[in-house]
Amino acid sequence: MMKTGAQILWECLELQGVTTVFGYPGGAILPAYDALKYSNIHHVLVRHEQGATHMADGYARASGRVGVAIATSGPGATNMVTGIATAMLDSSPIVCITGQVGSKLIGSDAFQEADITGVTLPITKHNYLVTHADQVARTVSEAFYVASSGRPGPVLVDITKDAQQSTCDFDGKPVKPQLPGYRPNLSPTPDEYKQALELINCAERPVILAGHGIILSGAMQEVRTFAERAHIPVGLTLLGLGGFPASHPLSLGMMGMHGEAWLNRTIQEADLLIALGMRFDDRVTGNVKTYATNAKKIHVEIDRAEINKNVKVDVALVGDLRAVMRELLPQVKSQDRREWLAYIDRMKGDSAVRDIQNLPDDGHLYAAHVINDLWHETRGSNTIVVTDVGQHQMWEAQYYKHEEPRTLITSGGLGTMGFALPAAIGVKAARPEAEVWAVVGDGGFQMTMAEMATMVQENLKVNIAIINNGYLGMVRQWQEFFYDRNYEATPLLSPNFVKLADAYGVRSVAVTQRSQVMPAVESARKHNGPMLIDFQVEQEDSVYPMVAAGAALHEMIRRPSPIVETAADA
Amino acid sequence: MLNTFVVYVENKPGVLTRVASLFRRRAFNIDSLTVGRTEKPEVSRMTIVVDADRDQALRIEAHLYKLVNVLFVENITAKSAISRDLAMIKVAATHDGRSHVLELASVFRARVVDVGPESLTIEITGGEDKIDGLLEVLRPYGVLEMVRTGIVAMRRGAKGASTGPSAASGDGAEPIIPDENVSYSV
Repeated sequence: MMKTGAQILWECLELQGVTTVFGYPGGAILPAYDALKYSNIHHVLVRHEQGATHMADGYARASGRVGVAIATSGPGATNMVTGIATAMLDSSPIVCITGQVGSKLIGSDAFQEADITGVTLPITKHNYLVTHADQVARTVSEAFYVASSGRPGPVLVDITKDAQQSTCDFDGKPVKPQLPGYRPNLSPTPDEYKQALELINCAERPVILAGHGIILSGAMQEVRTFAERAHIPVGLTLLGLGGFPASHPLSLGMMGMHGEAWLNRTIQEADLLIALGMRFDDRVTGNVKTYATNAKKIHVEIDRAEINKNVKVDVALVGDLRAVMRELLPQVKSQDRREWLAYIDRMKGDSAVRDIQNLPDDGHLYAAHVINDLWHETRGSNTIVVTDVGQHQMWEAQYYKHEEPRTLITSGGLGTMGFALPAAIGVKAARPEAEVWAVVGDGGFQMTMAEMATMVQENLKVNIAIINNGYLGMVRQWQEFFYDRNYEATPLLSPNFVKLADAYGVRSVAVTQRSQVMPAVESARKHNGPMLIDFQVEQEDSVYPMVAAGAALHEMIRRPSPIVETAADA
Repeated sequence: MLNTFVVYVENKPGVLTRVASLFRRRAFNIDSLTVGRTEKPEVSRMTIVVDADRDQALRIEAHLYKLVNVLFVENITAKSAISRDLAMIKVAATHDGRSHVLELASVFRARVVDVGPESLTIEITGGEDKIDGLLEVLRPYGVLEMVRTGIVAMRRGAKGASTGPSAASGDGAEPIIPDENVSYSV
């Protein structure tokens, strides 16, 4: 049956199981929007194309399915760039569809023409320029396959206006991808397994470092069984949080720049690092020259280009984490590592615990209070927290204890401010049954707060917790520590968020005392619609501990006494 | 050290950009890159020379494989291979020097491809060293213009190109060429 490229596009998206797309129309994509009338796919109208990409990203991370964003040519497409790069750095499977000027006009600097395949080449896993209707079906099927297989990532499909309008025969059946060079499924050799097992079974002070890969490959149970059988403690990266239950006795929490002090010290004193689906980011290693110098290193990773990139390893197992763990499990010996675990426990005790949430209510509202109380209030009730980037993100990672995968959605690799609200909207669209909280700073929220209108128009209940300290807090903290307290360009004026929310038709309340935190959270949960809470917290609080950029992982800046010491003693 | 990669890619628009962009993006410096057709119309072949240590070379290979349009990569640096560069060198050749230049060309088994009143253009094919050598001895006469193709390389014996990839097969899930037991451990 003869169909237009635009019709084929929507049919192929349906064949991929797409039910929701996030987008913004415009001239070069209008034929596709016109053909939406033949499709059952729900289109969410965003307020800025960056929002569409973050929503698709949030949708993908919450559901494990591919998220789809759509925009017009030129500025529509270039507005997507930040969201695409965010998905790239965090291996999130999204497909971005952009309109392009007619194929005859390409290269002529036509109205709203931008070379978006050229622009996004280094920040997509792959991209396509489609110039005729007969390429649409195959391209869509390849785009979804590439985005979701191997190490996931964003794929952009740029479709010229005439490709959307022209017709070709399409029988409505899925087209097989033809990717002769693409090989996402690698597996280690028996010899490599053997070497890894020898190291694991001989180690006296091993530690597992698990990252986003644990969630992406669905290896939670395998890793847990592995850790329990061999009695190996587990540290997580920011994106790994939720991949291993925080309440598990072997859980050591988050590692890295603002990670748990005992875990960073554990890594530095270990004799074996078992890195699972993580990539030794500089925020995780500190200075690589002094990183875990006494430890042998095993790296289980799906992307072999990550091997020996940042940290040189002794054994690399290149393959899907879940498959590799299943192969390893039967041969991992149960071992008594009580001494090592007890030693780590003692380090925990030695450490100045950042328990400022235990401080008495003396009128100061700390962000840690807010996160801690939010956690107490929402724990165990299918809650997904989506954070922005900065201090609040680190406090969330420290004080909100995630038990389940895909319950923390955050921009890790790119560190994209403005991510939280749109991503949270995508999360809610993917998981309507879940309670979704966007935890944001006053800075990042103002970057994409226009998406509140999208949230309201779509009738999606996302609760927004603004950790409002009147500064670009993390930058201020760096200025405090490393730039002689020269608070240049970090004091931040914000609108009255309560009035702002009111203008959007969102219920809201401002909170300044700790005693008000729980009631506010409770009322947000009970309210049958989105709610915004403006938590006005201590202005010059900092995130501790902190490994300064370039410092060794065990050289941490600690919270100055007496605050924490008091709490730890108590 | 200089590593020589033979890279088979799908013969599609934009693939050269993807490969070149990868080296720029990952901060590897290309010494030379040549690309041309192969015996199969759907496949192009590149010879890329790049300065990299052993670890970097392994990562370059891995990064190349991450490009969806790349079919097959082989680092032939440590393997028995033939590599050829072609140069055209325009040398100032007045009446006095002309016979000397011709003599030098013949010693290097180079051919004169153009003769002008005040110049000779010499074509030479060979390894880079040989071409560098000719260039060195011609320099005193005055090299007016020079162009080189960059290296093309091929493994000796039956293995390699003749067993190269077929772009028509494979559905993307399975590798066309199984990796030769490459271990990424150190």
